Amino acid sequence: MSAGDGFFYFFAFLTLFFGVLVVYNPFSRNPVTSAMFLVLTILSLAGLFLLLNAFFLAAVQVLVYAGAVIVLFLFVIMLLDIKEEERRKIRVISAGTGFLAVAAIAFTIISRLIWTTRPGAGLPAATVVGSTAELGTILFQKFLLPFEILSLLLLVAMVGVILLSKKDLK
Amino acid sequence: MMKVGLEHYLTVSALLFCLGLFGVIARRNLLVIYMCLELMLNAANLAFVAFSRFNNELNGQVMVFFIVTVAAAEVAVGLALIVALYRKRQTAHVEDLTSMKL
Amino acid sequence: MFDRPENLAWLILLLPLFSAVAIMLFTSKLSKLSARISIAAVVASFALSLVFFVLLGQTETIQVPAINWINVGTGPGALSVEIGLKVDHLSLLMMLIVTGVGSLIHIYSYGYMQGDRSFSRYFASLSLFTFSMLGIVLANNFFQMFVFWELVGISSYLLIGFWYEKPSAADAAKKAFLTNRLGDFGFLLGIIMIWGLVGSVQFDHIQQRLATNPGALGVYSTLAGLLIFCGAMGKSAQFPLHVWLPDAMEGPTPVSALIHAATMVAAGVYMLCRAFFVFQATPAAPVWFPWLQGVSALHVVAWIGGITALLAALMAVQQNDIKRILAYSTLSQLGYMVMSVGLSGPAHAMFHLTTHAFFKALLFLGAGSVIYAVHHEQDIWRMGGLREKLPITFWTFLLGTLALCGLPPFSGFYSKDAILGNARHQNTGLFIIGVFVAILTTFYMFRLIFVAFLGSSRSEASSHAHESPRIMTWPLIALAVPTVIGGIIGIEQFVGKNLGVAEESHVAFMDRFTEPFNHAPLAAIAGLGAVLFGGLLAYALYANAPRDPLPGMIGWFAKAMRNRFYFDEFYDWLIARTQGALSNFAQIIDQWIIGGLFIKGIHGTTEFAGRALRLAQSGSLQTYSFLFAAGAALLLFLFFKT
Repeated sequence: MSAGDGFFYFFAFLTLFFGVLVVYNPFSRNPVTSAMFLVLTILSLAGLFLLLNAFFLAAVQVLVYAGAVIVLFLFVIMLLDIKEEERRKIRVISAGTGFLAVAAIAFTIISRLIWTTRPGAGLPAATVVGSTAELGTILFQKFLLPFEILSLLLLVAMVGVILLSKKDLK
Repeated sequence: MMKVGLEHYLTVSALLFCLGLFGVIARRNLLVIYMCLELMLNAANLAFVAFSRFNNELNGQVMVFFIVTVAAAEVAVGLALIVALYRKRQTAHVEDLTSMKL
Repeated sequence: MFDRPENLAWLILLLPLFSAVAIMLFTSKLSKLSARISIAAVVASFALSLVFFVLLGQTETIQVPAINWINVGTGPGALSVEIGLKVDHLSLLMMLIVTGVGSLIHIYSYGYMQGDRSFSRYFASLSLFTFSMLGIVLANNFFQMFVFWELVGISSYLLIGFWYEKPSAADAAKKAFLTNRLGDFGFLLGIIMIWGLVGSVQFDHIQQRLATNPGALGVYSTLAGLLIFCGAMGKSAQFPLHVWLPDAMEGPTPVSALIHAATMVAAGVYMLCRAFFVFQATPAAPVWFPWLQGVSALHVVAWIGGITALLAALMAVQQNDIKRILAYSTLSQLGYMVMSVGLSGPAHAMFHLTTHAFFKALLFLGAGSVIYAVHHEQDIWRMGGLREKLPITFWTFLLGTLALCGLPPFSGFYSKDAILGNARHQNTGLFIIGVFVAILTTFYMFRLIFVAFLGSSRSEASSHAHESPRIMTWPLIALAVPTVIGGIIGIEQFVGKNLGVAEESHVAFMDRFTEPFNHAPLAAIAGLGAVLFGGLLAYALYANAPRDPLPGMIGWFAKAMRNRFYFDEFYDWLIARTQGALSNFAQIIDQWIIGGLFIKGIHGTTEFAGRALRLAQSGSLQTYSFLFAAGAALLLFLFFKT
């Protein structure tokens, strides 16, 4: 097993482990805990991105997700003063059926993956690297129009948020 | 031991996606549901990046870039909605938000 | 279009149509001009018909190029309909009657309808009628004939209901139209049946097919004949569809003369003659019609004609309305014609049709003149003594009556004698009925003469009557001429060329007067005796009678005759019953099937489904997302399954 493969298993394990803790934490049902584990999940994912030569995206992942988005979550949690999910009973039936449905999806996809690809072939040799310069070049040439539209989307989102946050919508 | 290939990454991505979906179904706090949605988006990101690497081209990564931006905008709007809702109903619990029901 | 003289036939047909359209579109406010346009159109048509009379000469048919109208499909099942004109002796005779008698009646109307509010509408309808009638006459196929057949029905409707503000006129128009529809339905079925069996609707083709193979209609031949006869039954008011004709007298009197005496009601007889080849096919009936086995359609036609003639004559005896007496007389004479067709004598029928058109139009116009003179009084018992006051009307009316009764040398004698002579050979029962009807005819017509024209005035209006204006009297005189001589100018020989009657050996003109006595002496003597007997009977009963003595003598039978044997009441009852049963049935369907099953069923099912589905709308986000995930799982599974 090469060092790269070792890193893959390490980061994959961490991602899924923290992901589970985001969804279901047996010790705390506080949203803050979930948010913190989300940060960890995203950081491990950034590690996987690095293994896939997507350096720029790994950085964006850390900056935007782990930085901005999670801060926004925490900010709202504090704003709303939600301490802990009230001690309501977990509905076993609904959680169980939900789990079954989700497991069915996972099983279908993964079994399909295993049957159709040739496992163990590994990845081809990398010729393209997702560096800032490379990504910037393709972004401002091939995807210039979607990029500009994206800026418009951000503007709309900003306007929407401001409008929603006003106390009385008149 | 087999070499790590595309299918490994896709498997991780699928598992993460299903984890997020399960969270959406099972959790009842709107904020946590939002976080689970982020998990699902990230799973999609991982799949995109893996394909990009597999095909040796950058289109997938550009897509991820877009997704991240959209997700940021979505989080901003969604959280604003939650705040507005909370102001009105004093709750962020989905079971209390059933006024659409007849 | 006019490079060949034959194409003038189109002009004959279309001139009245142009006139109707022009009046409706442009001159409806200028009544005098409208009337002149209409009169000019029909007179021009008459003149053109005379041109054809010369053109036709000795040839049997003039071919007029046809227009291809409808083509459906190819091969043996194809339907191909032409608009074509068939000009032969039969149609030319009819054309001359329609346009000739029509011209006189148009002119007469100019005087009679003077001052009516809807003068233009009247003449437009009259022109439309002339157009439609010529269409029937000239049609070279069943389909075209049927179209014009219906057009005639519509113009008849318009003219009977001309004074539509009178409820009785509006009702009569409806009754006439609906009764005709009943017959027309059968006619249409018959046309479809013949088309299905022979594969053509054109008269010539069908005739050819049937000539080479009399069994071409197979087991349906009797049925097809009877269905075709249904159309004649409606239009020519044969029993049991005769009820509309007397009521149709609600229309203006010239209309009664033209449409309900001379031409339109004769269309049924004309059609039977035109389609006579259908009746010549070998009679046969399908096995599921046991009562039609061994019956020829002509047999039925003959008996229906005989029954109509007898019933109508009996009814006429006790009518008091001058126009109704003439209407029943028309019915009775139409019965004669239909009977004659049924006895394989279409030429005799056409002969009688022609003479009848002359003298009956004359009688109706005379009646109109009387009605005009006595200020729209129609009850003969309120007239009397009109002989001195209306001399021209009286004398022409008398000529018409004598012709109708069948006194030689007037035209009616010859045509009636032709029918009776034929009946004498073919069917003794119908011959006796025919002679009896002749007695009745003379009886009721002289009753009319004695009561209305002779004796002394019975009312204020009749004692101050004046002769009608000249524009109304000279058509009477003009019609009196063919009424007198129509029997001896060879009409039967003329039309017989197309109807397969062996041409008479050349009879010297003077011998024609006495020819019936040589040809069929028994029939001629019986007819003459009938006239004398009926006339004497009428003289004995009605000369100077202050009121009708007949009810006192035969009691209830006279009442039944006056009430037309209660046919209208019977139909009222029948229709009320069937309609009641039908409406009850429809109501049950409406209430239980439509209202109950469909409306309430659909509404109930929808509501139930809605209520059931509402349970799924829990409003819980979790449930929705679970269902969403489960659905996605299912779709993925189905997608990846292959």
